[in-house]
Amino acid sequence: MAHVPLAGGGPTPLAVFDRFRTKALAKVQEPELRRYAVMLLAFGAALLPLMAGSAKAALTKLPTDGADTLLMLMGSALVLLMTPGLAFFYGGFTRAKNVLNTMMMSFFLMGLIGVVWVVIGYSLAFDTGFKSPFIGGLGQMWLNGVGGELGDAPLADGFAISASSFALFQGMFAIITPALISGALVERINFKAWFWFALLWSIFVYCPMAKMVWGGGYLGPFGEIGAIDFAGGTVVHIAAGVGALVSTAIVGPRRGFPESKRPPHNVPFILLGAGLLWFGWFGFNGASYFAAKGAGFSFLTTTLSASAALLTWCLIEWFRDGKPTAVGAATGAVAGLVGITPAAGFVYMPQALIIGAATAAACYIAVQVKSAIQFDDSLDAYAVHGVGGTIGALLTGALAAPALVPADYFPKSAEILANGGNGALFIAHVKAVLISYGFVGIGTAVILWIVGAVVGLRVTPEEEERGLDFVAHGEEAYDPMTY
Amino acid sequence: MKQITAVVRPSKVDAIKSALVAIDVVGMTIHDVRGFGRQKGQVERYRGNEFTVEFLSKIKITTVVTDDKVDAAISAISEAARTGEIGDGKIFVTPVEQVVRIRTGDRGESAI
Repeated sequence: MAHVPLAGGGPTPLAVFDRFRTKALAKVQEPELRRYAVMLLAFGAALLPLMAGSAKAALTKLPTDGADTLLMLMGSALVLLMTPGLAFFYGGFTRAKNVLNTMMMSFFLMGLIGVVWVVIGYSLAFDTGFKSPFIGGLGQMWLNGVGGELGDAPLADGFAISASSFALFQGMFAIITPALISGALVERINFKAWFWFALLWSIFVYCPMAKMVWGGGYLGPFGEIGAIDFAGGTVVHIAAGVGALVSTAIVGPRRGFPESKRPPHNVPFILLGAGLLWFGWFGFNGASYFAAKGAGFSFLTTTLSASAALLTWCLIEWFRDGKPTAVGAATGAVAGLVGITPAAGFVYMPQALIIGAATAAACYIAVQVKSAIQFDDSLDAYAVHGVGGTIGALLTGALAAPALVPADYFPKSAEILANGGNGALFIAHVKAVLISYGFVGIGTAVILWIVGAVVGLRVTPEEEERGLDFVAHGEEAYDPMTY
Repeated sequence: MKQITAVVRPSKVDAIKSALVAIDVVGMTIHDVRGFGRQKGQVERYRGNEFTVEFLSKIKITTVVTDDKVDAAISAISEAARTGEIGDGKIFVTPVEQVVRIRTGDRGESAI
């Protein structure tokens, strides 16, 4: 591993922590002394939350940093681009008569969830008003008070990014997560049902998940379980994957499935979409570091995992079927990006490579199994995001480097690592995965049941035959009479 | 007068056009069509799932020639379109009763 020399040894995943440490150790010159000082500091940091009863005791208040905040703003723009990217990725797979509807299921959420997030979503995920480890509060509705009067106030002690940039960044995640589920439901779900499902799912499933993992809640590093999820392996990919699995089971297969299955109508769209997703994932994972100085690692692990996964998927195809496919390359890359998401800032390069390759292999198997049992998760939303997110989350527990899980930012998780090593963290992650499966599964089922009872889930068989572009939107993607 | 209808590989259209022009057959219409013959389509794989694509893209060329040029046109098309593999296509010859040039009102062979 490439170490940048800093006062007191190697770099940590959070540059703000490095900066704090550099300052604290500036006067200590002897290398040995410095090492002892760091050990003492780490020991103290681990003990402080236990003694004070508040984990935040170890974090000092930092002024807002321009570069770090800029990373968040850039990251937000990158993550936003993933949603139209996903629309192209999914749109390429469907029939020509359903491509606009498929793309709208993602694109439309940039409108719907974009508003929901500001009005109430952020507050439910990151406010502390309800004093609950499962749900936030209502105090920051309309982003009331977020970032102070001028929008430049820091997020919290120990963070040098502005709270407003954080709220924006998190909003982009909230948009793409329900969009991922659409891959399981394309070509048959009623658009009105999708509207209500996405709205309710975002509020009652996504926001509690974000709270539990990232908002200091039950599953996360400040809570009971102590699982670490760098950029959303659990909150985004397991949640979307399980949502897809359950909703496929409830909504049912497309009419005439599996005989009616058709090859993708536009493979270049799939490659374009996968390319945009990869590009956007630099924001998704990279900027989740929250500090510009050390984000190089999370950018590197992200792209390395995607590369390894693309290669793995194509090599499997090459050996099994004789030809590496373009759709396989695109799918493999996305699988690798999903797999590294929970781990991006917690592992070094060899582990990132292993995660990418293992996720691609697991997702490949999952796609084959799905086809063999004729389960109509149409665009493999569970097989790629659910399975990839699960493998990624479990491998994060097994492979996280203790040096990259500092105790002041991840008290419970660092304690687990210190006492029981990666085995214990793996167990914690198994628990977090199971709880997420249960919560998301039940939540999704209840919401679908309500939406189904009120507006109906599916279009009629005749409408399905006609094509949803015209039925739902009154448009066609390709004019059959272009002169 | 005979109508010659050839269903051929899309990649051979330019060569066929040049071959016909070389023997003084000027004027033809082409259509994008899909179909299958003995070839019975092809197998494609996406994410490991196999699909049989029964109808493959072909180009249908239609042209009308005078009786004395029929054999020359058939051999020109055949030579230009042949690869020797299954899927090279077919040529159909049918009689034509009347031809009218819309601009001048000419009829019969002079209208071809």
